[in-house]
Amino acid sequence: MTSLDRRAFLSLAGLSWLTPVGRLLAQQSESSREPARSVILLWLAGGPSQLETFDPHAGTSFAGGTKAIETAVKGIQLSSGFEQLADQMGSVSLIRSMISKEGDHERGTYMLKTGYRPDPTVVHPSIGAVCCHELPVGTTDIPRHISILTGQWPSRGGFLGGEFDAFQIDDPKGKLPDVASQVAAVRDQRRVLDLDVVDRAFSLRRKARVDATLHRETIASARTMMTSEQLKAFDVSQEPANLRAEYGDSPFGRGCLAARRLIEVGVRCVEVTLNGWDSHVNNHEIHRKLVKQLDPAFAALLRDLRARKLLDRTVVLCCGEFGRTPKINPFGGRDHWPTGFSLALAGGGIRSGVAIGETDPEAVKDPVDPTTVQDVHATILTALGLNPLKENVAPLTGRPMKLSEGRAIRSLIG
Amino acid sequence: MRLRDLGFVCLIVACGLALGRGVFRSSASVTAVKADVSQPLPDRPNVVGRVDEAFRRSWNERGIEPAPPAPDLAVMRRLSLALAGTLPSLEEIRRFEAQPPERRIDGWLDDLLRDRRSADYLAERFARAFVGTEDGPFIQFRRRRFISWLSDALLENRPYSAIVRDLIADRGIWTDHPATNFVSVTFDPAVELPDPERLAARVSRAFLGARIDCAQCHDHPFQHWKQADFRALAAFFGGVHSNLRGISDGEVFYKPLDRKTKAPTTVEARVPSHPELQPKEGTPRQQLAGWIVDPRNPYFSRATVNRAWAFAFGRPLVDPIDDLATADEIPEVLDILAADFAEHGCDLHRLIRTIVATEAFRLESDAPPSPTAEPKDETWAAFPMTRLRPEQVAGGIHQAAAVTTIGPESSWVVRFISYTERNDFVRRYGDTGEDEFAPRGGTIPQRLLLMNGEMVEKKIKGDMFNASKRIAQLAPDDDKAVELTYLAVLTRRPTPEEAAHFKHRFEGIKGDRRVDLLTDLYWTLLNATEFSWNH
Repeated sequence: MTSLDRRAFLSLAGLSWLTPVGRLLAQQSESSREPARSVILLWLAGGPSQLETFDPHAGTSFAGGTKAIETAVKGIQLSSGFEQLADQMGSVSLIRSMISKEGDHERGTYMLKTGYRPDPTVVHPSIGAVCCHELPVGTTDIPRHISILTGQWPSRGGFLGGEFDAFQIDDPKGKLPDVASQVAAVRDQRRVLDLDVVDRAFSLRRKARVDATLHRETIASARTMMTSEQLKAFDVSQEPANLRAEYGDSPFGRGCLAARRLIEVGVRCVEVTLNGWDSHVNNHEIHRKLVKQLDPAFAALLRDLRARKLLDRTVVLCCGEFGRTPKINPFGGRDHWPTGFSLALAGGGIRSGVAIGETDPEAVKDPVDPTTVQDVHATILTALGLNPLKENVAPLTGRPMKLSEGRAIRSLIG
Repeated sequence: MRLRDLGFVCLIVACGLALGRGVFRSSASVTAVKADVSQPLPDRPNVVGRVDEAFRRSWNERGIEPAPPAPDLAVMRRLSLALAGTLPSLEEIRRFEAQPPERRIDGWLDDLLRDRRSADYLAERFARAFVGTEDGPFIQFRRRRFISWLSDALLENRPYSAIVRDLIADRGIWTDHPATNFVSVTFDPAVELPDPERLAARVSRAFLGARIDCAQCHDHPFQHWKQADFRALAAFFGGVHSNLRGISDGEVFYKPLDRKTKAPTTVEARVPSHPELQPKEGTPRQQLAGWIVDPRNPYFSRATVNRAWAFAFGRPLVDPIDDLATADEIPEVLDILAADFAEHGCDLHRLIRTIVATEAFRLESDAPPSPTAEPKDETWAAFPMTRLRPEQVAGGIHQAAAVTTIGPESSWVVRFISYTERNDFVRRYGDTGEDEFAPRGGTIPQRLLLMNGEMVEKKIKGDMFNASKRIAQLAPDDDKAVELTYLAVLTRRPTPEEAAHFKHRFEGIKGDRRVDLLTDLYWTLLNATEFSWNH
């Protein structure tokens, strides 16, 4: 439906091309209608505390001294430490009433990344895999699903297949793994030539089966990638020093910068992991340190995307697998809390400058306007121009699976 | 140095001396006994003939000509991959070929079934069906402990029914009674209890070969088991508790919400079929276990045979492996093997011996006679080609790069290094998780990892301890060097065409450049289609 509309519109725009006013209108309409095409997931592995990030209850007994700061949006506060993000609040939306049923790290990660509860009968694809599966390939010859600073449970292709798994890299400062041959070009080429001899012998009796493995085709694609110009997108050292400094001189900061470079060459989804939020002990200190990395990187990413006119085409989601208990435990820590945690969304044409839901400072009452993980997934998919109700068939079981079981959040979309 | 440390050092030295003087029998002498030709091998079970007949009949009916028998070495490779999760070493190949032809495969299987590596590997594969691949709750779940308990049981060939009984009904602490990890892995920290529905799902998939949990959300139109059956099965775990004293049975807490009224309901524990087999005595969990492993319960033995078959062939007899209940028909072979398994006290080693002895297991992996014949309509008239699992690839690279066998008999340093490297490799290669029999092709990152990865480079370069260097030094001539490399990586000798091709490459090359050529040959063989697939 939407693509038809767009096509109809473009032809119309073609006719009105001659008049400057028509052109202006066309451009405007174009930018507002064009769905997002990429997702950047800032993954806060371990489960960040909502109180020390996006949902401060300064002055209450549960805050434990955490202060709140005003933001560019009147009435929305962030925890202190997010001074840079506060300036960008006009481009960000917060959901403070996230609820999930998964209080275990692995299960919670699965839930947030796939939008489904773990199910022994099927492995669901992560949102990045869904993007790669559903959105056009274009001219990208590097993997379109990338995980930077991969944590313990990287995003997976699930039933869509291993080819939709995230390609994992470490700190973009280092060398990209596995893309350069370990030997000189002459030897490398000879090795590849010799493969023919061995594969011919193996194919002799079983050609149809060997062809069906697509082994040689996969090698060919891998070798295309090895020589691709687009690999430079991983190399953040090509960016000006002042921009690098804005993102922060940390692996996470570099990861966010690389994410922006990658979506510029057509990568569909980049997850950048910031590890260490599992603050059962010394919650406040842990958060202070991590927020020092998160705040500049997140804010710089938003500024940079906006400056390059990419923000409307890119959904940025910042979250972890769950939140943390309002009550502070005897070790000064907070424990797992999947009922009433926060996440931040930005870009992709999603409405910004709003905060959805409220949590009770005493943590007695349930959150106001509870929002499910499924609904967040449906919202992102809708921003990408995808219909969450679309079904893909899981192989083996033949069970049709919706892209998401949730519904797009009305107040954020449309 | 404290006194205690000093004592420890003395003890180690004393042990070393004692070992040297033959006080303990070293593992090497055990190996020597194993290879003794005069030792009789177990008889081939009669049931093998019946399986072969059933296949022959079905091939005749469909007018299919089965593939010719595979070479012994190809069967050896299949066995090592299936049971030990790695390739045969050069050392093992030499021992294998020194045996008279009629003893080779049975003798090798016998060695493998007595090998700790196989017990460990099979334990890991069974564990995927029992507890999944999740890390599980930190305090309540001890994966390592669970796997080593399972490995011990498999090595001593404890009846499978007894193992399963423990999994379902054992009580106590997860470290002391490792079987209880089956229950404790489902521990839900929110309610501080194990999850009866997750347990019911595991039980039905792993032991009954039924995805009764699919009925959890909706009644499956093609399945005779319904939502009510699933809850009734979960109710057997409705009173299982987990506290400081471990897993125990007590007050029933399982009160699922009624789908319509949303009110908590009491569900009575009830087995989904054959109620007459349920024992009257014992805790609910013991009663469920008794019902499951009863030799007259057809689901249990079928599910077990289907899984063992998949371990051996890389593909189950009925696909998907845990959904026999919806299969259009149960293959005759599955029922023959299931009946034999139940009659012989759930003897896993006997089951594996039987499967390996069948004609189907020893056929060449030729392309199927008709293009429609696979994979859904598997005729078993040729050995199926399946992708190797990540740890088989990792294990294969490690073994291929060493001249001697890597296993419990190699030094702990070697094993530790290979363990950690292997894990890192598997993480990057992408684990297949629980869904381990899904038919899949390879991915670009996997090819990159094998072509350019650090571990591969480290293993194949001309280092002192690597096979490429050793072969370059030890092989009397170029032909032999190429042959040894082929044997180490692909468990076969080169074809005349291949031999001629590489002989030409090596002509007139000496010294370090010759070692480089062997490294290159290693690279080529590791990256060939043949290496990454079971065939």
